Amino acid sequence: MLKDLWRAETLASALPAQLKKPGPALQPQIRSSHGLEQFFSSIQGQENLSLLDFSGASQANISFITSLGYRIYSNDALRTMEEAFGGSGDFVAQQSDPERAAQFLRETLDFPDQSFDGALLWDTLQFLEPPLVDDAVERLHRILRPQSLLLAFFHAEEKAQQAPLFTYRIVDSKSMSLAPRGQSRPAKYFNNRSLEKLFQKFSSVKFFLTRDHLREVIVRR
Amino acid sequence: MSSTPAPSLHPSDSRGPAIIGKSVMIKGQIFSREDLTIDGEIDGSVELHEHRLTVGPNGKLQAGVKAREVVVLGTIHGNVEASDKIDIRKDARLVGDIKTARIVIEDGAYFKGSIDIARPETGKAGGTAPKPVAATAAVNAAAGTPVTASGD
Repeated sequence: MLKDLWRAETLASALPAQLKKPGPALQPQIRSSHGLEQFFSSIQGQENLSLLDFSGASQANISFITSLGYRIYSNDALRTMEEAFGGSGDFVAQQSDPERAAQFLRETLDFPDQSFDGALLWDTLQFLEPPLVDDAVERLHRILRPQSLLLAFFHAEEKAQQAPLFTYRIVDSKSMSLAPRGQSRPAKYFNNRSLEKLFQKFSSVKFFLTRDHLREVIVRR
Repeated sequence: MSSTPAPSLHPSDSRGPAIIGKSVMIKGQIFSREDLTIDGEIDGSVELHEHRLTVGPNGKLQAGVKAREVVVLGTIHGNVEASDKIDIRKDARLVGDIKTARIVIEDGAYFKGSIDIARPETGKAGGTAPKPVAATAAVNAAAGTPVTASGD
C-alpha cells in the first residue's frame, strides 16, 4: 500500500522541487504499525505523561493522546523544516547554514531537560542532514526522561531520490492513517547500523522493517 | 401603569457580541462581561471568563487569553485557557499552550504548543480510566501533569 503510494509519488516527481504537492488521486491510507503498538503498550497504564508529537496538530492525535490522560505537545516539524530551509536555495544544503539550523532546533526542540515521557517523531529525522540530525538527536536525548521511548520512521529504499511526505494520524494504538502531503529528498539513507550509531547515546534501538519499505524504529532513552 | 418597557441594560438583550473591528489595534488588557469578537490586532491580554471569544479571520492576538469558549479563525500567539472549549478552525494559527476541557481542531489549522485537558471538577461516581475515543471526537478527558515546555 505504502509502496504503491511511494511509486506514484516518485513517478510524479520529474522536477527537483523541495516539497511537492500530492496528486489528487492519493487518499489517506490506514496501516498497522508495530512501532506504534510498542510505543503505546510501553506506556499503558501510566498517568500524567507528556508526549511530543511532530506530526502537526490533528484532531485524531490530540483526541487519542489526551483521552489516555496524557499531555501532548504538538508541532509540525516538516513545516518548520520547510520554513527554516525552504525558499530559493537547496533544501538539504541550507541545513548547513548555522543560523538556519539553529532556528530549526530552536523552533522544534527547545525544551528544558527531561520534559517528555515519549516522542512521536514519525519520519521527520530522515530529512535532516548530518550534522543537524545528530544535533537533533542529542537534544532529544536531553529532553526525554530516562526509560522513555521515541518512535521514528525511516524509508528503507536505499536508492530512492524522493521519499513521500505524510501527515501521520493515530487511528488507534496499533494503526495510523497516512495522509500524503508531497515528497522530499531524504538527506541520508539510514540502515540499521547507521541508526544504531545515530542513537548511540540511547539505551536501546529496536527495528521493525515493514513490507512497504518503511523502517520503524523504537528507541529507548 | 406605563406600557412602555424599561430599556434593558443587559448588553446581550439588544445586540450581538461586542466587536473589535479589523482596523482597530489595541495595546493593553481587555476585560469583557459579554461575548466578544476580535477582528483587529491586540497586544496584551484578553479575559472574558464566562463568555465566548471569537478571533475573526483578520484577528491577530499577541496575547494571553482566558475565556469560557474560544473560537479561532485568525491568529493567536499566546497561551489560551478556555474553561469549556476551544475551537481552532481551518486556516487559523495558534502558537501557545492550551488548557481547556474540550478541543476541536480542523484540518488545515496550524497549532504549535502543548494541550492540557482539564478534568471537570465534579468527580462523579462511576468514573473510569480514560479510553481512546474516535479520532474525530472532541476531547473531554483527564489532564496531564503540567511541564515547563514553552509554547514558542
